[in-house]
Amino acid sequence: MVLKEPLVVFVIIAIAAALVLFVLYPLYSVLKTSLMQSDGTIGLEVYRNLLAKSYNRRPLVNSIRLGVIVAVLGTIIGFIFAYCTTRVDVPLKGFFKAVAMFPMISPPFIMSLATIMLFGNNGLITKHFLGGLVNFKIYGLRGLVIVETLAYFPTAYLVLSGVLQAIDSSIEDAARDLGASWWQVFRTVTLPLAIPGIASALLLIFIESLADFGNPIILSGDYQVLAVQAYLRITGLYDLPGGAGLAVILLVPSLIAFFVQKYWVSKRSYVTVTGKPSGQRISRNEPWVKTAALIVCVVLTAIILLFYGTAFVGSFMTLWGVNYDFTLANYRHVFQVAGEYIKDTLFLATVATPITGLLAMIIAFLVVRKQFFGRQALELVSMLSFAVPGTVVGIGYILAFNQPPILLTGTASIIIILFIFRNMPTGIQSGIAALQQIDPSIEEASCDLGADSGTTFRKITLPLIAPAFFSGLVFSFVRCVTAISAIVFVVSGRWKLITVAVLGSVENSDLAQAAAFCVVIVGMVMAAIGIINLLVYQPWKRGPQEVSKKPAISGGAEPWIGTA
Amino acid sequence: MDRYSVELIDVTKIFGHREAASDSIVAVNGVSLRLIQGELLTLLGPSGCGKTTTLRMVGGFETPTYGRILLDGKVINDVPPHRRDTAMVFQSYALFPHLTVFENVAYGLRMRKMDACTISAKTRHALSLVGLEGMEERPPGSLSGGQQQRVALARALVVEPKVLLLDEPLSNLDARLRAQMRIEIRKIQQALNMTSMYVTHDQEEAMSLSDRIAVMNHGRIEQIGTPQDVYARPANRFVADFMGSKTTFLDGTVMSLDGDQVNVQVLDAVLPFEKVPDIAPGDKVELVVRSETVDIVPPGKGTFPARIIHAAYFGSHVLYEVDLFGTNVTAEIPDPQERNMFSRGSEVGINLKTRSIYLLRKVMN
Repeated sequence: MVLKEPLVVFVIIAIAAALVLFVLYPLYSVLKTSLMQSDGTIGLEVYRNLLAKSYNRRPLVNSIRLGVIVAVLGTIIGFIFAYCTTRVDVPLKGFFKAVAMFPMISPPFIMSLATIMLFGNNGLITKHFLGGLVNFKIYGLRGLVIVETLAYFPTAYLVLSGVLQAIDSSIEDAARDLGASWWQVFRTVTLPLAIPGIASALLLIFIESLADFGNPIILSGDYQVLAVQAYLRITGLYDLPGGAGLAVILLVPSLIAFFVQKYWVSKRSYVTVTGKPSGQRISRNEPWVKTAALIVCVVLTAIILLFYGTAFVGSFMTLWGVNYDFTLANYRHVFQVAGEYIKDTLFLATVATPITGLLAMIIAFLVVRKQFFGRQALELVSMLSFAVPGTVVGIGYILAFNQPPILLTGTASIIIILFIFRNMPTGIQSGIAALQQIDPSIEEASCDLGADSGTTFRKITLPLIAPAFFSGLVFSFVRCVTAISAIVFVVSGRWKLITVAVLGSVENSDLAQAAAFCVVIVGMVMAAIGIINLLVYQPWKRGPQEVSKKPAISGGAEPWIGTA
Repeated sequence: MDRYSVELIDVTKIFGHREAASDSIVAVNGVSLRLIQGELLTLLGPSGCGKTTTLRMVGGFETPTYGRILLDGKVINDVPPHRRDTAMVFQSYALFPHLTVFENVAYGLRMRKMDACTISAKTRHALSLVGLEGMEERPPGSLSGGQQQRVALARALVVEPKVLLLDEPLSNLDARLRAQMRIEIRKIQQALNMTSMYVTHDQEEAMSLSDRIAVMNHGRIEQIGTPQDVYARPANRFVADFMGSKTTFLDGTVMSLDGDQVNVQVLDAVLPFEKVPDIAPGDKVELVVRSETVDIVPPGKGTFPARIIHAAYFGSHVLYEVDLFGTNVTAEIPDPQERNMFSRGSEVGINLKTRSIYLLRKVMN
């Protein structure tokens, strides 16, 4: 059926070619490079060197240990937080949810900066409050666990609040009705039903922690992790095969976790839809449950706000730890000296974001609605870059695109392409989820009335999945201005990115300046979210009563589709 | 001794702010009910009438804003659901998807810390009661809607509650299964002599399985009585209109009283009806004309002349819509195979079966 639609065939082939070139080929380059032996032959020498001695195995062991600890802690905190905000009637719910989302929209190192400012050698708490009495070693595993747990628990929170909301509350009512106390309901019903979600959250955080580059490069001390070691091997030792080998070693556990999550855990979820869900949320808990939940929420948000507040206040300090005088010098530097970093970042992100969003929706549409050979492979490859750590992708890009026929190193294109293919999976996922909610007969009706596939997609499908499209845009932009792990390999003298500037400030031990950069990044993210929201809801065009988060099914192409 | 199984005394439920009338909703408004042991009482009404909220208050899922709820003579307003001796069958069944059929039914017994032997015996007995022997190890997701419904029923029955609460339990089943299940539920309920409260918006369901029906509207009880009471002697126009498939109201004037009989002027005729209380000559009344109380006869015969506007053949009966002096009246004529059908537009005569027609005093607005 697809063969009768030349446009669809063309789009599928074009996307498949792009995916092969920009997702698979770099990975292949990494693998190939890692198999190059010193004498020019192909073999496993690199891996023998990297894995033979226990000393050399340390980064792998460290990365996995960190990933496991962070996954467990992050999932526990995420679950508690999700339970408190979906199952217990705590006040200030919206505020707690908003704060919990902070780490998702901020550059990865902001937590590390704040941690050093609070607990470092010159830290506010360690030096000034505790007077240097306690030797609190923040560089290394301990610091990384704190920082990554705070940075990645929102992933678990998002997954698990979705899972908990999907559990029909009448099932819990039934358990209570049959004599189960709050704890018994939780233990025998809520928790077992959330197990697949918990497993998902564990694996996702594990992947995120393995891939984390921004925090360990600042905070790891002598606790070596794979992502950073691969980077140092390439940029410091110019050991391409060794760096590529470490990248492959990093890739393996990430891919295992990804496939377990995608093909095993996600199939285990209980379909609880029997009959009509009641839709009522019952928050009739014992008073102590409510109090405990409130305390948990307050403590957690207070910690997050402490870290962000520290980074914010720190950006106005002359020299953190030594001189706490107020100054605007850091911001002067950011806007004058590093102004072009901001300009370049905004330019590249603004170019990449709409392409990412649109491409993601097209792929989602093809995967859900069209039947063609290789459909599942297309979905898998397009989702793959989610599981591949940024470091691996970055190494892949410099290996693959630094020589003819495809010489992209040093250009804006390589950064934009990297942005697009790195940031697409989330958009695709939300697009797929949105499309599965929409009755295909709506699209069939459009075709029935004479529209072809392209017109139907433009006029019917895209407006209906607009919320997914825009959340994809927001996410993609956020990732563009906050990402570091992959991008650090492809930046050049001509194209500078703000996150790389932060890294530079950290390497110069100028924490206050780095904090100022982070504040500016967060400001850019907020502004972008605000602008995209304005474009979506167009408050100047519609009355406030019409502003709704549901897609308008009024039909007709909305003007923003043209501008997107 | 006048102890009731369940007693609701002047129960009111206000959602939202207690006193601020602007954004609060009075879901249940001064409801009083009494159930004796073994009785099945149905709360019947349109959606949003407060029937489910009333049931959930008995189950403990909502707390009454005002009023008291008593179970076996004890006030249970502040008893949480898991300490109440009630068991509910949910509209969505609310089966535990991660437990087998057996474990679903055994859940309440395990919460009551019974020993394994008792649990096994009671669970198997409950499953046999609803005809699900052999399904013990199946996950509920693999069962049909009707089987899931039976599991939900068995799970509630097995804990031997003082009162069984059923919240539109059949609304997710198709029509044929619904009719079969309501008979089964009634048989089991009667066999166990289980005090039960049943919520539905389906009047046919309510009539066929209830000892008594409480018709609710806007949070209030409009009438409580046996199915015959609420159908044949409705307390007011709302109940008269809500019960029955199609009810027409015809205005009349009481002319005279004659023993057990009252003569009422309807349109251009004076007809005798059964007497209703508190009625006097000169009173304005409304005739509750249900479709089965109208008979259609050939033109020239009958009390009134009329014209067929629409005819619909149902096999077991025909529904006619007729124009009677400008009022649309629906007539249900049984067994159309026995007699001739009238076609659209034909002139006919109409007889009213006055013995089956109830009189309501007309309320002047």
